[in-house]
Amino acid sequence: MSDLSVRFLRSELGLIARRRRNQAGLAALAAVPIIVAVAMRLAAPSSSSPSGGPDFFSQITGNGFFVALAGLGVELTLFLPIAIAMLAGDAVAGEAQQGTLRYLLTVPVGRIRLLAVKYAGILFGAFLAPLVVAASGLISGLILFGGGAITTLSGSQIGFGSGLLRLLAICLYLGACLAALGAVGLFVSTLTEQPLGATVALAMLTVASFVLGQIPQLDWLHPYLLTQHWRDFGELLRDPVSLDGLGPGLLTAGAYIVIFLPAAWARFAGRDVTS
Amino acid sequence: MTDLAVASHGLTKRFGSQVAVDTVGLAVPRGAVYGFLGPNGSGKTTTIRMLLGLITPTSGTHELLGVPMPAGAATVLPRVGALVEGPGFHPYLSGRDNLRRLDAADRTAPGRTSAARIGAALDRVGLTGAAGKRYRTYSLGMKQRLALAAALLVPRDLLILDEPTNGLDPQGTREVRTLIGQLAAEGATVLLSTHLLAEVEQVCTQVGVMSRGRLVAQEQLGKLRADAEPRARVLTDRPGDAADVLRRTGLDEVVVSAAEASGRLGTVPPEKVVAELVHDGVPLRGFSVETPRLEDVFVQLTGKGFDV
Repeated sequence: MSDLSVRFLRSELGLIARRRRNQAGLAALAAVPIIVAVAMRLAAPSSSSPSGGPDFFSQITGNGFFVALAGLGVELTLFLPIAIAMLAGDAVAGEAQQGTLRYLLTVPVGRIRLLAVKYAGILFGAFLAPLVVAASGLISGLILFGGGAITTLSGSQIGFGSGLLRLLAICLYLGACLAALGAVGLFVSTLTEQPLGATVALAMLTVASFVLGQIPQLDWLHPYLLTQHWRDFGELLRDPVSLDGLGPGLLTAGAYIVIFLPAAWARFAGRDVTS
Repeated sequence: MTDLAVASHGLTKRFGSQVAVDTVGLAVPRGAVYGFLGPNGSGKTTTIRMLLGLITPTSGTHELLGVPMPAGAATVLPRVGALVEGPGFHPYLSGRDNLRRLDAADRTAPGRTSAARIGAALDRVGLTGAAGKRYRTYSLGMKQRLALAAALLVPRDLLILDEPTNGLDPQGTREVRTLIGQLAAEGATVLLSTHLLAEVEQVCTQVGVMSRGRLVAQEQLGKLRADAEPRARVLTDRPGDAADVLRRTGLDEVVVSAAEASGRLGTVPPEKVVAELVHDGVPLRGFSVETPRLEDVFVQLTGKGFDV
C-alpha cells in the first residue's frame, strides 16, 4: 500500500523537477552567488553591507567558502521565499486552475493524501533550494578565490572539511525555515484557484514579516514572526557551534508547521471543488 | 437496491440562497446507458460533482454501485471512470505523461502494468500518434479524447461522462458513440450527460431530464417518447379552415401556420379527422400523424426560454 503511494510521490517530484519554470527558477537561484563572486573578484569589496545578521562579504576575497554564505544571506530575504512561494502556490491552486484537481480527486486521491504528497513536494524544494545556492556559491567561490581554513565568528580557525559540514547544517536549518513558509503556502494555496495569487500573497507575507521584524517598536511581535530567526543560521559558524542559538528558529518553524498544516487540511477536507 | 449503478435520494445543493440542485432522485439501472439531459445551468454538472464527491450535498444521500458515498469513495471510485466538465491536464506534459501521472495517483492500479494500460487506453481513443506531444498543442477534440482515455485506464463498472463529445468533429462524435456502445456491451453502466439529443436517441436506453435543478422526468427512452401524445399535421392552403375542423373534431393545442395546421390527437382516431376534413371540403395536400421527436419532448419538459 505504501508502495503505491511512493509512485504518486515520485510522480509529484517529477512534475516539479521537470517543469521548465522550476528549472529556470533554480538556475536563477544558482546564478546569484556566481554574480556575487564575479563582482567581488572584479571590484574591491565595499565595507558597507545590508544590516542584520552576520556579514560574510568582507571575508569572500580571503576564502571562496564565504561566497556560499553571502549568497544564502542575500537570497534569504526574497529569492528563496519566492521560490518556495511558487511551489506552494502551485500545490493546490495550480491543480485547481488547470482542472487537474478534480481528476486527481476522482481517481480517487484522498484529500489528506493529496495534501501530504503536495507538502512533500514543497519540502523537497525547501531543502533543495538552499543546497543549490550553497553549492553554486561554494564552487564559484573556490574557483575565483580558492579555499582554505575558515575563520569562525568566534575568531578561531576550523578546517575546510569541518566548514563544509557546517555549511550543510546551515542549509538544513534554512530548509526547515522554508518548510515552515511552505506550510503557510500550502494553506494559502487551498484558499484560491489562482496559483499566482497564492504566490504573491506568500511573498508579500514574507516581506511584511521581515519589515515588521525591523521595527523596534513592535518588539513584542517579533518572537511570533515567521522570518525572525532565519538569519540565525550564522550561529552554526561559532566555535563551538551554538545549538542553543538555533532553538528559537526551529521552534518557530515547528510552530508554524503545526498550525498551518492542520489549517490547510481543515480548509481543504470539506471544500467544494468547483474548479 | 444493488441493481442500481447510481442511486440518489433527495440530493440537494444550495449555493447561498440559490438552489442549484433540488431533491434529485436518480435511479440508473446497472448496464444502462443513461442520458442525463438538461439545458445549460439546469444542475447536471453540479449533480455529477456531488455524485463523485467533489461537492458536498446540502442534503440527501447517494450510492455508486451500491456503495454509499462519500464514505466509500476510496473503494468505489477506482471502479468509476469520470469526465467532469471538460478535460483538465497539465499543459506542459505530453498526453502520455499526463496519463502516467493519473495512473501513479491511483493506489489500486498496479504499477507493473501501467505502461501497457496507458498504451491500450490511448489506442482505444485513437490518440496513440499524438501521445508524445505536449498537451497544450492538442486540439479541443484531442483533449477530449485524452480525458476519455484517462477514464479508461483501468476496467470500470461505471462511467460518468459529462458532455464527452463536446468539441469533437462529426467523425470523432461517431467514434465516441461507438466507444460508449462497446463499453455498455462489455457490461459497464454509462451515465452520459449531454444536451445533444441526437446522441441520446442513438445510444441511450434510459433518460433523465433536469430542469432548473429538478429531475423532471426519468424513464426508459422508448417510454418517454410513447408518453408524449402524437399530433395530427394537415398540409393545406386553407389552414384556418383546417384548424376549425381539428378543433371541432376534438383535438387540443391546435396550432396554425402559413400552410399547415396541427393539433394533439388525444383519443381521436386519425381516420375520423381525415374524413371530417374531406367532408368540409378542406383541400388536403398532406396529412400525417407524428410522434413528437425527443427534442419536442425535451422542450415540453424544460421550457422554451433562455432563462438560466
